[in-house]
Amino acid sequence: MRHVSVVVIGGGCAGLACASTLKKNGIDDVVLLEKDDEVGGILNQCIHNGFGLTTFKEQLSGPAFAERFADEARALNVEIKTGAMVVSITEDKKVSYESQKEGYVTLQADAIILTVGCYERNRGAVQIDGMRCAGVFTAGQAQRYINIEGYMVGKRVFILGSGDIGLIMARRMMLEGAEVLGVAEIMPYSNGLARNIKQCLEDFNIPLYLSHTITHIYGKDRVEGIDVCKVDEHMRPIEDEKMHFDVDTVLLSIGLIPENHLADSIQIQMAPKIKGPVVDENFMTSVPGIFAAGNGLHVHDLADYAAKQGNKAAEGCVRYLKQTSQDNAYVNTNAGNDIGYVVPARLHQNQLPKIVEMYFRVKKPIKKGTIVIKCGDEVIRSISKENLVPSEMEIIPVVTDLILEKKQDVTISVEDVVYA
Amino acid sequence: MYDIIIIGAGIVGTMLAKDLSQYRCKVAVIEKENDIANGATMANSAIVHTGYDPEDHTLKAKLNVEGARMYEQLCKDLACKYKQVGAFVVACDKEEEERLLVLEKRAIERNIPYEWLSGEEARSKEKNLSLNITKALNFYTTAIIYPWQVACGCMEVAMDNGVELYLNHEVTAIEKREGSYLISTTKGTFETKYIINASGISADKIHRMVDADCSYTMRPRKGEYYVLDNDIHYVDHIIFPVPSSKGKGVLAVPTVYGNTLLGPDAEESEDTGTSSKGLSYVKENIQKTMMNVPFHKVIRTFAGLRPSSTSKDFIIEEVNGCKGFIDVASIESPGLASAPAISKYVIEQFLKDMMLEKNASAIKTRKKPIVMAELTSEERDAVIRENPLYAKIICRCESISEGEIIDCIHRNCGARSVKGVKKRVRPGMGRCQGGFCEPRVVNILARELGISVLDVVLDSEDSKILTQENRI
Repeated sequence: MRHVSVVVIGGGCAGLACASTLKKNGIDDVVLLEKDDEVGGILNQCIHNGFGLTTFKEQLSGPAFAERFADEARALNVEIKTGAMVVSITEDKKVSYESQKEGYVTLQADAIILTVGCYERNRGAVQIDGMRCAGVFTAGQAQRYINIEGYMVGKRVFILGSGDIGLIMARRMMLEGAEVLGVAEIMPYSNGLARNIKQCLEDFNIPLYLSHTITHIYGKDRVEGIDVCKVDEHMRPIEDEKMHFDVDTVLLSIGLIPENHLADSIQIQMAPKIKGPVVDENFMTSVPGIFAAGNGLHVHDLADYAAKQGNKAAEGCVRYLKQTSQDNAYVNTNAGNDIGYVVPARLHQNQLPKIVEMYFRVKKPIKKGTIVIKCGDEVIRSISKENLVPSEMEIIPVVTDLILEKKQDVTISVEDVVYA
Repeated sequence: MYDIIIIGAGIVGTMLAKDLSQYRCKVAVIEKENDIANGATMANSAIVHTGYDPEDHTLKAKLNVEGARMYEQLCKDLACKYKQVGAFVVACDKEEEERLLVLEKRAIERNIPYEWLSGEEARSKEKNLSLNITKALNFYTTAIIYPWQVACGCMEVAMDNGVELYLNHEVTAIEKREGSYLISTTKGTFETKYIINASGISADKIHRMVDADCSYTMRPRKGEYYVLDNDIHYVDHIIFPVPSSKGKGVLAVPTVYGNTLLGPDAEESEDTGTSSKGLSYVKENIQKTMMNVPFHKVIRTFAGLRPSSTSKDFIIEEVNGCKGFIDVASIESPGLASAPAISKYVIEQFLKDMMLEKNASAIKTRKKPIVMAELTSEERDAVIRENPLYAKIICRCESISEGEIIDCIHRNCGARSVKGVKKRVRPGMGRCQGGFCEPRVVNILARELGISVLDVVLDSEDSKILTQENRI
């Protein structure tokens, strides 16, 4: 069995960035496994602009953005295997994959990094009455049909959910000549980035129905129409406020979920709020030597951030590979008032980098408030913020001195809140 | 001229097709849908009941007990999944415990194995069982299958032996002639000596085409289900509440691929749409027997129609005054478990005049397909070296390769729709529900069937997925 230092699973931008960073840190034997015939992941179907602004200070399309990371990985001689589907991983870090070229192969690694991406919530996750007819797509699925395969999925379209992919697809469908009759969002606020609401809906006069949902999809063979209902504060449809739309297509943009088949298969501990693994400041999961980053850990708003997290996980992995003894003492991080989740879920209490980045989202839109990060009762950092929304992830660097000193749980909360 | 035409390619029709293919006779199956096993066979609890439930002196009781005993061998022959998981019928109080005694009595008389479990014992075997459960009867030979897999297996063997299958042929009229029948369909006519009416919820309609005086009326009853992800094995056994006059109640059922079904409700209906009303009923009533129900693990909901009728028992008889026209109707639960015995019964009781001659050279078993997920690493390696397409994973949730998909398209009774592929080899059955694999399956179908991608359908002939090529 071949022995390698690190196997990175998943060749999207997080995996590519991660593999390159490992190389730059002197790890020689890095194998990146990608199940598709080319690297880039979902970015390959994201032909719209807007990627790379924070990383490269320029606007790139998804494929161009991915290509930057692929070029770097290739230049650094990362061993990239495409068409290589991982079928199993083990706690002692064996990775088995299959490829058309090599057959069934098992590698023994010192560390594994899971940058496996996410999948879309679909009709199974929401209750919409009606038959299982053709014409109901997840937004990403429609994106693949249109941008990769070159075929349109419908002519009169309604979109459920204001997630970014749905907004991007609203514009894309309009440009292809379809009519997009509206977007319904069950929450009283949008779940997409503000720039996408403006550029993809407002600029095309597509109405956004907040506090609305699709309650019924009509049609036996193909979608023929839908009922869209206003919902009350408990998100229950109000029957009297129902609209009917004659459409042949429904796109669902109702959220993304980290893909955790492999992590689950070896009982890696999961954090229910992110539906991804519990990780520490090194992005190491509950299984020593197995790391997770990118959308496979928690869903990011921007690919730029996912790639950056790939770098961070690589740095964490390098610290793990170089350490002489293993430290198992942790403090937890908690989501306090109005905070949806915090990543990483725990921090080492005896040894931490000088600064650790905390990733979190607020639970609901906040006009004004103070983000307070505490260790035990003591404030580590507090920052006044305006216009916090759940769709935009916050990343705040935290100096770790106090955590090392007090060895108490870290809590992030919003105080002095003025809601939007 | 056909000897026998079977109307309807559900579990009963396909089972009969397979069994009749063992004889020297000309048989065809006519089906109105775009695939076989698309009605009740596609959407049910997928249980091979052992036969303790039907009332005494019914066809249901006789054929259920007999059919259930045939399944293990049948599934071996057809290379289909079959798993004896056992069924707990659970009681919550003294009154329900009394009702379990009725089931026990039937089990003894029908020679069905069972054991008593105390509430504690039941909970030790099934951790999410409600704390209200006081006693359970464990019918440990109760099995689970993939019903449509069995139907596809049957039809494939039947076709290997020369049985003809006509999909998208809806019967519009039947003319009774001297010694034969002329069946008109939406796509052509067929002349046949015998007709077996295995048309599920349409049985009374087909019956009336030859005999206006139909003694029964079909009253389809809808049942809705939740499907849970296969990453949590929520139950290991089938959990039934004590049956009532309304039926078997809301169940928790493990599936052969590790998912869990929760359902069904029961409501008279003609369509297979899911409804918040029906699913809420399931959600509420499952709590009677189960706790910690992980509704956040729901990956799909579905509804199916039970082919129930005004008759309480199966209707298997030659229609009065219509020699050679045999009704096999009202095959509601336990129809799936009974199907192998129903087929045998029909052939022995109603086709004996035909003096059917056994064909000793007929194929009896289905060629076992390669299922990558079930192979050892060495076997997988060997398969890939033989055909690299078995390394190209199309469905990542369920780990299904392109090789497996191509194989299921080119077999007899092969897949011709996205749902057809899903039924046979399961891409799209996982948590992403086809989000990733559907576009890839569409491309494979188009290539292998030699049709345009634009003509690939989800299910029925009219369920095209894509509308046109991009303009830019």
